[in-house]
Amino acid sequence: MSVILKTEKLRVEFTSREFRQTTKVALNSLDLEVTTGEVFGFLGPNGAGKTTTINVLLGFVTPKSGAAYLFGIDVRQPIARQRIGYLPEMTYYYKFLTAEELLRFYAKIFGLPRAEADKRIDGLLKLVDLEQARRRPLKTYSKGMQQRVGLAQALINNPDLLILDEPTSGLDPLGRMKVREVIQRLKNEGKTVFFSSHELGEVETICDRVAIINQGELKAIGRVGDILGQHHSNLEKAFLDIIGYQLQATP
Amino acid sequence: MKSIFAVAGIVIKELYRRKDFYVLFILTALICLVMASVNIFNDDKIIRYLKELCLLLIWISSLVIAIITAARQIPAERENRTLLPLLAKPLTRPELILGKFFGCWFACGLALICFYLFFGALAASREHQWPLLNYFQAAALHWFMLGVVVALTLLGSLVFAAPSSNATIIFVVVAGILLVGRHLNQVALSLPEPSQSIVYSVYYAIPHLELFDLRDLIIHDWPLVPWKFFGLAILYALAYTALFLIGTCLVFRRKTVN
Repeated sequence: MSVILKTEKLRVEFTSREFRQTTKVALNSLDLEVTTGEVFGFLGPNGAGKTTTINVLLGFVTPKSGAAYLFGIDVRQPIARQRIGYLPEMTYYYKFLTAEELLRFYAKIFGLPRAEADKRIDGLLKLVDLEQARRRPLKTYSKGMQQRVGLAQALINNPDLLILDEPTSGLDPLGRMKVREVIQRLKNEGKTVFFSSHELGEVETICDRVAIINQGELKAIGRVGDILGQHHSNLEKAFLDIIGYQLQATP
Repeated sequence: MKSIFAVAGIVIKELYRRKDFYVLFILTALICLVMASVNIFNDDKIIRYLKELCLLLIWISSLVIAIITAARQIPAERENRTLLPLLAKPLTRPELILGKFFGCWFACGLALICFYLFFGALAASREHQWPLLNYFQAAALHWFMLGVVVALTLLGSLVFAAPSSNATIIFVVVAGILLVGRHLNQVALSLPEPSQSIVYSVYYAIPHLELFDLRDLIIHDWPLVPWKFFGLAILYALAYTALFLIGTCLVFRRKTVN
């Protein structure tokens, strides 16, 4: 099993632009390793640093110190992104394009030959159940359909590593099931999936390993079964326990 | 290069699927056709005024298209979060900027072709002549001037917060350069120091967009601009375009994308 995604002592600071500048530590000494073929869940409460970590992995944010690697290549090099797929949290794709045109556009960025792109576009639109709507402008798509077309664009280059930022947020149960199915299918194909989520039940079902962060610091990392075993509960209770949240007894 | 042209293709598609261009074209055409249909004061030379009006409308419309199209590119990508999946692909930030620039510039070129074809047809219907080379020189220099404006607007879209404020500021700056740019050195002469040096510096620093205005050449049927000067004007435009694009890339390199 080779390491496909790695962060070393990652530290990210954000400085406010106000007159009295304040510095917020978004990530502090974050060490992560994800190996080939894993489905890795990245958990944490809002503002914990999940999206910041993903942003560093994609080269959107430069860390103050530490380093991040994808396939052993420093994430600051564009070539590191050749074999990844990325689905951001709720994106509104170019509304004047159709799903087919959008996927063709992303295929061109990856330099896919026309025949290969056509084949992949057909397969992906079938996978995300958008075959019927492939020639409709994206402005007519529902939120769930937008998210599914987002999933299709993330898979256009047949990536070895898929990074998903809260892929099921705002989706109806059917949409969530579809995303779960796709992740499961990728896992069966031996692909690596790294995803952040608040849906702990879903994480428990499909993840091999999880990491839990809070206030920019890694609180726990390990196999789902091991974490559940240590806390003798389900993932939701284990999660609350790890982040130090005290459940209030209702009177 | 493929990814640059892929980005450019999206910009061009956006232009012809939005209503802006069609509205401006129809408006220009309507005004010109109405003016052409009336023979004011029974003057035979009225065609000159008609050509002047038509070219003025083409210049205003092309500037509006160039500025509005370029001003919304990066802010819209950020607002809709499409910048994230785009930059998560093996596409560098300078490539994205170049793609946006070429897209806007080619889109302006397509719009100019439509406008000049309409103008040519209108003028030919009255004058029964079609000075192709004059039209070519005027349209080509006009297009290269729009390249400078597009690059400047892209830079502005990273500096100013809202696309509307960027568009307004760039429009005022461009209009200012076109109207008073050529007189700044004369103004400087009448000023005391240090104002004189400041105005002179501004005169030499700004791109002199008025150099690309060949409307009089067409209106008064003047002879062609010597090709040597035509080439130099294009080089001048390319130099300023490159300068603004480098500035845009440098500013964008440090921008957070989300």
